[in-house]
Amino acid sequence: MSYLEYNVARVPQGLQKVLALNWALVLLITATACIGFVVLYSVSGGDWRWAEPQMQRFAMGLAVMFIVAMIPIWFWRNVSALLYAMTLALLLAVELVGVTGGGAQRWIDLGFMRLQPSELMKVTLVMMLAAYYDWLPPSKVSRPQWVLLPILIILLPVFLVLKQPDLGTSILLLAGGGAVMFLAGVHWAYFATVIAGAVGLVTAVLQSRGTDWQILQDYQYRRIDTFLDPDSDPLGAGYHITQSKIALGSGGWTGKGFMQGTQARLNFLPEKHTDFIFTTLAEEWGFVGALSLLVLYLLIIAFCIASALRNKDRYASLVTLGIAVAFFLFFAVNMSMVMGLAPVVGVPLPLVSYGGSAMLVLMLAFGVVQSAHVHRPRAAGEGRLLRR
Amino acid sequence: MKRNPQELSLSSRRITRRALVTGGLMTAFSGLLVARMNHLQVDQADEFLLLAEENRIKVRLLAPARGVIFDRNGRILAGNEQIYRVSMIREDADDVDETITRLRGLVRLDEERLQRAIREMDRRPHQAVTLADRLSWEELSTIAVNVPALPGITPEVGLSRVYPLGQDYAHVIGYVGRVSERDLENEEDQDPLLQTPQFQIGKIGAERRLEHVLRGKAGSRRVEQNAAGRIMRELGRTPGQSGKDVQLTIDAALQNFTQVRLAGESASCVVMDVTNGDVLAAVSSPAYDPNLFVSGISVPDYAALRDNDHRPLHNKIVQGLYPPGSTFKMVTQLAALEAGLVAPGETVWCPGYLTVSNRRFHCWKRGGHGHVDAAKSLRESCDVYYYEMAQRAGIDRIAAMARKLGLGVAHDIEMTSISDGLIPDREWKRVRRGEAWRIGDSLNASIGQGYVLTSPLQLCVMTARLASGLEVVPRLVRSIDGVAQPSGVKRPLDIPRSLLDLQREAMYQVVNARGGTAGRSRFDMGGVKWAGKTGTSQVRNITAAERARGVFRNEDLPWERRDHALYVGYAPHDDPKYAISVVVEHGGGGSAAAAPVARDVMLYALSGGMPPVSAYPAGQQGEMAEYLASLPVDPALTPPAGKSEA
Repeated sequence: MSYLEYNVARVPQGLQKVLALNWALVLLITATACIGFVVLYSVSGGDWRWAEPQMQRFAMGLAVMFIVAMIPIWFWRNVSALLYAMTLALLLAVELVGVTGGGAQRWIDLGFMRLQPSELMKVTLVMMLAAYYDWLPPSKVSRPQWVLLPILIILLPVFLVLKQPDLGTSILLLAGGGAVMFLAGVHWAYFATVIAGAVGLVTAVLQSRGTDWQILQDYQYRRIDTFLDPDSDPLGAGYHITQSKIALGSGGWTGKGFMQGTQARLNFLPEKHTDFIFTTLAEEWGFVGALSLLVLYLLIIAFCIASALRNKDRYASLVTLGIAVAFFLFFAVNMSMVMGLAPVVGVPLPLVSYGGSAMLVLMLAFGVVQSAHVHRPRAAGEGRLLRR
Repeated sequence: MKRNPQELSLSSRRITRRALVTGGLMTAFSGLLVARMNHLQVDQADEFLLLAEENRIKVRLLAPARGVIFDRNGRILAGNEQIYRVSMIREDADDVDETITRLRGLVRLDEERLQRAIREMDRRPHQAVTLADRLSWEELSTIAVNVPALPGITPEVGLSRVYPLGQDYAHVIGYVGRVSERDLENEEDQDPLLQTPQFQIGKIGAERRLEHVLRGKAGSRRVEQNAAGRIMRELGRTPGQSGKDVQLTIDAALQNFTQVRLAGESASCVVMDVTNGDVLAAVSSPAYDPNLFVSGISVPDYAALRDNDHRPLHNKIVQGLYPPGSTFKMVTQLAALEAGLVAPGETVWCPGYLTVSNRRFHCWKRGGHGHVDAAKSLRESCDVYYYEMAQRAGIDRIAAMARKLGLGVAHDIEMTSISDGLIPDREWKRVRRGEAWRIGDSLNASIGQGYVLTSPLQLCVMTARLASGLEVVPRLVRSIDGVAQPSGVKRPLDIPRSLLDLQREAMYQVVNARGGTAGRSRFDMGGVKWAGKTGTSQVRNITAAERARGVFRNEDLPWERRDHALYVGYAPHDDPKYAISVVVEHGGGGSAAAAPVARDVMLYALSGGMPPVSAYPAGQQGEMAEYLASLPVDPALTPPAGKSEA
C-alpha cells in the first residue's frame, strides 16, 4: 500500500523512462497493428477508408500507451479501484442514456468518439483485481469471504454487460477476471467448483429455452444452434460461419495473394473488416500468414509474462499477467469463432479489427504493462546505466 | 506498513507457478488453433477453394444472334434489331413502388405490361425482368443518367426480333416470343439458352419450324459475381455461334401485292413455281402484325384478333379446309379417263339433274347443259357429267387420283398446324364413320362437295402438277446458310401426257372460250394467256323449299352462310410457269370473287410488277387502271408504275 515498498530511488526518472520502456513489446505491437492496416487496405478493395482511420487511432493509441507508461505504476495501483468504480458507473449509464447501435446498447456518445464502457471494463477489472490481491495478504487469498468479494467484483460488470446484451464481452470479463484470481493463487478447488457449476449452468441455459424462464435471448440461442451445426442453415444464420470457413480454407498454404481474396472482396464475408477480419488475412496470406499473426500474438504474451515474472512487485506482475491473459482471450475467442470452434459471439481481433474503443483500451492496457515494466523495483546494482 | 518479506516471496513464487501453468494452458490452446488452421487451410484447402470458386464464378450464357430470314431476292423478312430496354432486379431495389414511380416520371410505361412485369418479379426476385422495351435513345439516356436514384434498374441494349414487312409474314414466318413453361417442358429441346432471361423462341410458322437452324449455339461468359449477385468483372468468354440465315422461296413484292389484293376478305392465296415447287407467295387474309407478339401482345389486342370472325390468327393457307367444289372436277375426270371408262369425246346428257337411287342430284344450271363432253364439262362446269363419271369410276379411283395430284396429303412446308385435308374413300367411311359408302357420297365427292376437304396449298399443288405433269412438291425454304435446299420436283406424274394435255386444253377453255365460267377473268399479256378452273363450294345445304322458290342468291344470305369462292389456275397456258390457288371464304361464286384476284396476282407474277393494264380485256381496262392505282402496295417493294415502265 505504501510507496516505500518500491525501490523508488532506483526507478528511472524523466527521459530515462523512455529508454527503460519494453521496446521489444512496442515493436511487436506495432508490427501486429501494421498487419491490420494491410488487411484493412485490402479488404476495402484497395481503399484507405478503413486503414487510414485505423492508423490514426493506432497513433493515438501509441501516444496513450506512452503517457500511461510514464506515469508510475503505483499511481495506477492506487486509482485501480476508482477506475473500476467509474467504469461500472459508465456501464450503468449505458443502461440509462446509451445510444442504440448494432441492436444493442453499448455506447456512450462522448462527441468526439463513442465510448464503449464494456471495452474499458476489460482493463479496469483486471487492474481492480490486481490491486485487490496486492492489498490482500497472500495468506488470506483462499479464504471463502476473501474469495467471494472478487467474485462479486467480477459478476457485477458481467451482469451489466450481459444485459446489454453482449455475450462475447461478458464471457471475456468472466474469463479474464477468473484468470487473475487463478494467478493470484486462489485454491484449485474453487475453480473446479466453478467449472462444474458452469457445466450445470450451460445445461440450465439450454434447458430453459422456450420456457418462461428462458435465460438467453432468442438470437443467442440461434447462434448456439448455428455453431453446433452451421450447415443446417447455410444461407441463414449459418451463412457467416460457412462463408468464413470457405474463406479460410480456400486460402490454402500460402494464400491467394494481397488483394486477391475473393470471399472478402465480393462481400461473401460478413463483418469482413471487424469481427471476421482474420478470415481475410487467412484467405489472402494463407496458413503462413495466419500462423505469423498467431506467433506475433504469442510473442507479445511471452514478453508480457517475462516482464511480469521479473517484476518483484505483486500488483505489477498480477496486472501484467492479467492483461496478457485477457489479450490472449481476445484473439483466442475471435479465432475460435471464425474457425468454427466457438459460437459467433462478436469479439474483435485485438489490434487488427477496425474499431476505436477496442484499440484505445488495448493500448491503455499495454500502457499499464509498460508502466509496470518501467517502474519495476530494481535490485542493487540493477539499472546502473540509468543512474549515470 | 512493510509486508512480511517471507510471505511476499511465497506469494511471488506462487504467482510464478500459476503464471507458468496459465502460460502452458495458453500454449496448448494456441496449439489447438494451429491444428484447426492446418485442418482448414492445408488438409481441406482444395475443397474450400472449390467452394470459394463456386461462390464467385457464375457462367452466363450469351444468346446468339438469331438467323436472319430473307426472301428469294435477299430482302430481310425477319431480322434482329438493337433495342433499348429497361429491366429491374427486384432484390436490388430498396422500395419497388418508389422506384417504379420515379421511373414513370422519366419515361412512359405501358401500365398493363408493367403489372405483368411486377407479378413476374414477385416470382423471380433475383432475375432481371424487362419493364419496358423499344425505348428511344433519349429515354434510355434519361434513365441511365438517373440510375443512382433508381436502385435495381438497369438500362440495357439487346437484340430483338423484328419483322420489317409486318403483317405480310404473319402466317409464313410466324413470330418469336418469350419462352413459356410449355417450351421448357419440351424434352427434345433442353438447350440451357431457354433459361436465359429475355430469350426468344420461335412460336409458330417458319420461326418455330426452323428453330434449330435459326437459334445458333450459346456462347458463355464466365463472370465474377459478388454476394449480392452483381457482376464485378468478366473472366473470359467463349463465343457462341450465330443462327444460320435462311432464304425463303417467297417473293416479297408478290407477297405484298397478294396481301394487299386480298385485304378485307377472309381469304387465302398460294402462288407456286410449277417447275421447282417454290412457293412464291402464300397469303392468308386478314393477317396481323407479328411484331406485336415479340414483346408480348396486350390482352385487348389479342382478344380483338381472337374474336374477329375473319380469324386473322388462323393460317388458312395450310390450316383452312374447304370443300374444293368444281376445282375438284379435273380429278374426277382424270380418274375416269385414266381408267378408260370414258372417251374424251363421249357425251353425257345433262337435263339439269340426275336421279340416282330415287334421289335427284342437281346441276348448278337448272336448265341443264344438253350434250356434254369432257372439255365442255369442265369449261361450263357441268355437274351431271361428273355424277356420271363418279358412278363409272367409283370413289376409290377418284380418291387415288386426288392423292396422286397432291390432295389429302399434308405437304410438309415450314409452317405449323398443317392439315391433311380429307379425301374420303370406302375404307375411310367404314373406319371413321362406321357406315358403308353410298353412291350419293360418290356423287357429292365428284364435284368436290360432301366429305372432300382441301387446303389452298393442296389446291395449288394439284394445279402445279396438272400444269407441269411433274410431281411438284411445295418448297418454302430456298437455302439455309447459303446451302440450296433440294428442288421440289422429283419425277413426272404417273398420268399419260395425252390426258393431261386434254385437261389443260379444257382449263384453257374455262377462261378463254365462249361459255367458259371464268371468261371475265381472261387476260392477254403480249400473247401470254392463262388457264384455270373456278369453284363454288356450298357451306350449307340448300333446302328443298329454297330450291322451289329459286331464291338463294348469295348476296341475300348472311356472310357466314354464303358459298366459298375458289379458283385454281396457271400461266402461261402453253408453257406453264406459275400455278395459283385462291379461296375467298363466303365470297360467293368462284368466277366473281376468286378468279379476278387470281388473275391480278398472276399478272403481277408474270410481269414482275404491277399488272399491265393493257393485258386486261378492253372493256375492263379503265376500271382496272383505277382499281390497281388505288391498291396500297408497299412502294419499296413495288416501284410506282411510272418508274417500272421507264
